[in-house]
Amino acid sequence: MSKQYEFPSKGLPYLLVLPQMAVVFVFFFWPAAQAVFQSFFLQDPFGGKMLFVGFENYSTLFEDPAYWASFGRSFLYAALVAVSAMTTALFLAVQANKPLRGAGFYKTMLIWPYAVATMVAGVLWIFMFNPNIGVIAYFLKNSLGFDWNHLLNERQAFLLVTIAAAWKQVAYNFVFFLAGLQSVPAALVEAAAIDGAGPTKRFWTIVFPLLSPTTFYLLVMNVVYGFFETFPIIHQATQGGPGQATNILVYKVWRDGVVNLDLGGSSAQSVVLMILVIGLTVAQFRFIERKVTY
Amino acid sequence: MKKLCALLLATLALGAAYAAPVNIEFWHAMTGKNAENVQLLCDKFNASQSNYTITPVYKGSYIDTMNAGIAAFRAGQAPGILQVFEVGTATMMAAKAIKPVYQLMKENNAPFDPKAYIPTITSYYSTAKGEMLSMPFNSSTAVMYYNKDAFRKAGLDPEKPPVTWPEFFEVAKKLKASGMEGGFSTNWISWIQLENFSAWHNQPFGTKANGFNGLNTELKFNGALQKKHLQTIYELSKDKTFIYGGRENKANPLFSSGTVGMHFESIGGYANFKNTCKFDFGVARLPYYPEVKGAPQNSIIGGASLWVFNGKSKEEYKGIAEFFTFLSRPEIQALWHQNTGYLPITKAAYELTKSQGFYKTNPGPEVAILQLLNKAPTENSMGLRFGYMQVIREIEDQTWEDILAGKISVSDGLDKMVREGNAKLREFERLNK
Repeated sequence: MSKQYEFPSKGLPYLLVLPQMAVVFVFFFWPAAQAVFQSFFLQDPFGGKMLFVGFENYSTLFEDPAYWASFGRSFLYAALVAVSAMTTALFLAVQANKPLRGAGFYKTMLIWPYAVATMVAGVLWIFMFNPNIGVIAYFLKNSLGFDWNHLLNERQAFLLVTIAAAWKQVAYNFVFFLAGLQSVPAALVEAAAIDGAGPTKRFWTIVFPLLSPTTFYLLVMNVVYGFFETFPIIHQATQGGPGQATNILVYKVWRDGVVNLDLGGSSAQSVVLMILVIGLTVAQFRFIERKVTY
Repeated sequence: MKKLCALLLATLALGAAYAAPVNIEFWHAMTGKNAENVQLLCDKFNASQSNYTITPVYKGSYIDTMNAGIAAFRAGQAPGILQVFEVGTATMMAAKAIKPVYQLMKENNAPFDPKAYIPTITSYYSTAKGEMLSMPFNSSTAVMYYNKDAFRKAGLDPEKPPVTWPEFFEVAKKLKASGMEGGFSTNWISWIQLENFSAWHNQPFGTKANGFNGLNTELKFNGALQKKHLQTIYELSKDKTFIYGGRENKANPLFSSGTVGMHFESIGGYANFKNTCKFDFGVARLPYYPEVKGAPQNSIIGGASLWVFNGKSKEEYKGIAEFFTFLSRPEIQALWHQNTGYLPITKAAYELTKSQGFYKTNPGPEVAILQLLNKAPTENSMGLRFGYMQVIREIEDQTWEDILAGKISVSDGLDKMVREGNAKLREFERLNK
């Protein structure tokens, strides 16, 4: 017997995906096509004048060393955010999955940050770390003698936005890891324990491989999050500064397009970013998914 | 039957005569107390006549409001009046989407005398020929704030703030020596320490009268004077006589918390400091370098003006013209000025406020007005007219941070700002010529 469900008519499945496709078309394909189109023009924001410039917006970008720097920075940022958010969440999920008193409370508290809007998360962190009025900055300076100033220190600024972005994502990852852990059959783990495998060995040889679909899904989501969704944090905390130390690609797209009204340049950047993320996702599916056991 | 028809027609005619007032939307970016005052002005106007209703609509930050206006214009749904911050002036002007205010007033025979306005304010929004393109609404300028209590503690005369930059830097060192964490800070390195600084010293910020005389303008603020000024501030940052507090107006807490004793900020921040500072503070004019000929000149404004879109109906234009005339009345301007802290746009409103004794209890705003009126504006101090102004300011902010972090020298940094800014100006010229 085939596992696949057969629709009675050929048209029905297409009809059923049609609403979804319509949404994807209106909110993804159409704007994406617009971006490609606009990236070939210099444009007055009011739409009065459009000057065809071919690939000039792209060549301006790639001739700008600051843009290349932003490239490297974005990769580093997304990688750091994904790795730190995922390892922290996995560790917490493993701990919370143990039978312990008040587990429900811990779980609730750990999931809570996910309810915080990214913009608000940025504000929270900026308040705590503001070198002039922040609680933590004050503590660092007066108790530990450490001069925290992310307004001028590039590494500190980068660290701050990375931690803030990761913190926000830990909750999301935690939910998925916890669910994944709970679906690992207890019998397998117990059998291994009877065979004499210690907790570490049990985790790495049984639990972790069985978690791999979750881990893979989260990897894709976290990289996308790092690349695309963290710009409110950067906007609130550093506005891309000091200098351009936290100016990641997606923030630059937003700033050049929405704030600076450079529609052509911003469109070219978003096309580059789009190609990049498509490439990255394809690579993840081709090379990492092979190691995933469903 | 005929009678009935006539009756019907008569009712229709009456209906037309007593038609609902023409509704005109006014999109703005004012929040809190300022938003309440926008509402107050509109209510007063609406109550003063019955033909038009001005409806204020809050659209978010300056940038959000401008974007909302752009999107609405592109969709053919532009509001009657749009508030745009001064940085967007060149973009609005070049857009061919607007109806210049001088034309609007002329076509509607509205009483309008450009000479009644404070020249430094209107010049910012006028062509080189003096034709007013948008209606100044909320205007401010940069001033110096100083902590009088800290002055007393450091053995300085609190009624004698420093007048020149050399004096200023000496006072800053003394304040720090008296036990303060820092001497001074500043908001807006772009608007205050470069744009206003250049105007105040009658130095060009760019060629072609700061962009008023053509799109082929080039930035010029990397002169010897600006370099010397920023070099001094940079040197003083090393021992924290100068403390950097962030971009835009983010440095305010440094002053209100008493970390530094002197600070540069818009006069628009006066009410805010009155609320947050737990010490006695004063407002003074911007310092100047005495060796510069002609200094001090006059400072330039910041804030926003009201733009009118083209393609609106005759009735709407008439209503907007009446509203603008109403806004220019001395008593209305004085009310707005006294309630919000923004500067009055007419001399009459200033005189009225003065005669009402407002400045006796609020000396700060008068300092700002006198600073604007100090001399008749020259082509270096009328204002700025550069495309992509927002980008240019961003380049200045980024580079200034690199300078303070020691990544680039002051001289190279200023050259870089000018070079990168000029590249954006060429792009703007190419698109708009």
